[in-house]
Amino acid sequence: MKIVVCVKRVPEIDQIKVANDRIEASGAGMTNPFDMYAIEEAIRIKEKTSGEVIALTVGSEDSDLALREALSIGVDSAVRVWQDDIKESDILATAGILSAAIEKIGDVDLAIFGKQAVDDDASSVSGAVGGFLGFPQVLFVKKIREIDEGKLVAERATEDGFDIVETSLPAVISVVKEINEPRLPSLKGKMKAKKAPIEVLGLADIGLETTAVGAASPSRQIKAEEPPPRPAGEILQGSSPEELADALIAKLKEEKLI
Amino acid sequence: MDYFLTETQQEIRDLAYRIAEEKIKPVRAEYDEKGTFPWDIARVLSDSDLFGSYIPEEYGGLGEGLFSGILVTEQLARICSGIALVFEGTLLGTYPLILFGNEEQKEKYLPRIANAEIISAFGMTESGAGSDATGIKSTATKDGDHYILNGTKQWITNAVEAEVYTVVCLTDKERGIRSATAFIVERGTPGFGFGKKENKMGIRASSTAELVFEDCRVHKSAILGKVGQGLRVAMDTFDMTRPVVAAQAIGLAQGALDEAVTYSQQRVQFGSKIASFQSIQTMLADMAMKIESSRLLLYHLCRLADRGDKDLTKLSAIAKLISSDMAMQVTVDAVQIFGGYGYMRDYPIEKMLRDAKITQIYEGTNQIQRLIIANELIREYNRSKR
Repeated sequence: MKIVVCVKRVPEIDQIKVANDRIEASGAGMTNPFDMYAIEEAIRIKEKTSGEVIALTVGSEDSDLALREALSIGVDSAVRVWQDDIKESDILATAGILSAAIEKIGDVDLAIFGKQAVDDDASSVSGAVGGFLGFPQVLFVKKIREIDEGKLVAERATEDGFDIVETSLPAVISVVKEINEPRLPSLKGKMKAKKAPIEVLGLADIGLETTAVGAASPSRQIKAEEPPPRPAGEILQGSSPEELADALIAKLKEEKLI
Repeated sequence: MDYFLTETQQEIRDLAYRIAEEKIKPVRAEYDEKGTFPWDIARVLSDSDLFGSYIPEEYGGLGEGLFSGILVTEQLARICSGIALVFEGTLLGTYPLILFGNEEQKEKYLPRIANAEIISAFGMTESGAGSDATGIKSTATKDGDHYILNGTKQWITNAVEAEVYTVVCLTDKERGIRSATAFIVERGTPGFGFGKKENKMGIRASSTAELVFEDCRVHKSAILGKVGQGLRVAMDTFDMTRPVVAAQAIGLAQGALDEAVTYSQQRVQFGSKIASFQSIQTMLADMAMKIESSRLLLYHLCRLADRGDKDLTKLSAIAKLISSDMAMQVTVDAVQIFGGYGYMRDYPIEKMLRDAKITQIYEGTNQIQRLIIANELIREYNRSKR
């Protein structure tokens, strides 16, 4: 089975600030935490069914960090798509690039994503990739019950339980953290991953035009701003629980909340 | 700060800390409370290639020497000094095999230890032979091609969980310590059993018990090194493991400092964070100063050891002594910074204090370390005069 696991480098939460109407991040960043579950699941499927796992990302050289993390845990090879025109690509453009790269890799049975990236929390790229490729998609998978050549049975997490979904392969799935406990890398794995080659593809390599990406994306970000600070809370005073309860109800009524 | 670690050493350090943070932190309080043995952590360390980091490559380890052993110990102890002993105690049980084992003995045991399939233990101490290691009474009586072991070894780390043990016994009571000989004994050998498991003040995730030998018959091929070399096996092993106790103490102290710096920036008294008070600042500064100087000495020592330098007894004793006294002071001060909260089991800091005390006691008490240092010092001066 040939599996592509899509990963993303994201900034660390304490390294983000809003300046000049944009989000600026410093530091090396980290692998999107949800992608760790996708990497683990991809490797588990490979261990069960044999085959290969390829880690894929869209991004500049900084993004090698996520690919090398995947390599250190047991992914077989890594592909990164980048040229400067890709900068500022939106969700749809990014999904288009990933889809073209998956087609270029060829004969892919399964593409796995983490349920969302913690930087933009969009949770949309996986679904869009399914759409572009014409693959069935099962998003928010919490368990894979069965997988073999041509068929997947998975539990899809819902708010009040799960659905059991059966689909043909190739397919796109995204996974939630309940699906597994990601393993830690081994030292030998980490040392090997440091030196492992990463295949870098440009848009021409995957048959895309610059008119579909970057500044030419269908949407663009106009401005970023900090959320307004939370107003200070109010502590109600009273000498008995009854008095406090009355004061609370009065307050809630005043705010038209009840 | 740049400690001039190699790329591999940095990876070892970072990976060990990550394991400590992700796998040990969530379970350390439970292991401390229950006093059970952390097999699951041994497994994680082995899956990460770290369990046998110091074991030579040809026997399945990483071949990264003593330095890797102290890096792993330090980072694990930063989060839990008790669980760190699953690694550290095995290192103590394994170094005799690395230093004195013949090819056959090394091939038989080291690869299985490297992947945590089995763990090892070392038995020297007896009820009447603590600081005076030469006072051991256990005997190994020759009987043809075999030796018959009798006696009890006390306070043995990993005792109940290990599969392979190195124990030192007298082959000739008359000749005493000059006849001391190290034997490799496997678990399950008839006549070899365990005494009571100790209920300890600290390092409670590590198991400590007696090894009891009653007419336990072992073949002469189980001799480690030569007959009469037992004390040397022990002393050369301690030269390697005292630095590891130093690493445990330094890691523990660093963990206490990590907690104290964080807490002092959260805790507000008199309308200010307590970290803004000079009385707290001087305590934090003293802690950092002592930790850093102990660490630099230890790293230097381990570089010398891995370079193959002999005669590290004095420096090894100095490192163990300075680091363990330091860990005691630092953890006491850390509890003080936490105040009443530090005394409560809801915070990890009182456990660090309990765990610190043993580092001043085992692998030779700090009083004995001073005697070792003084003896070496006098010997060096007399030699240079000649």
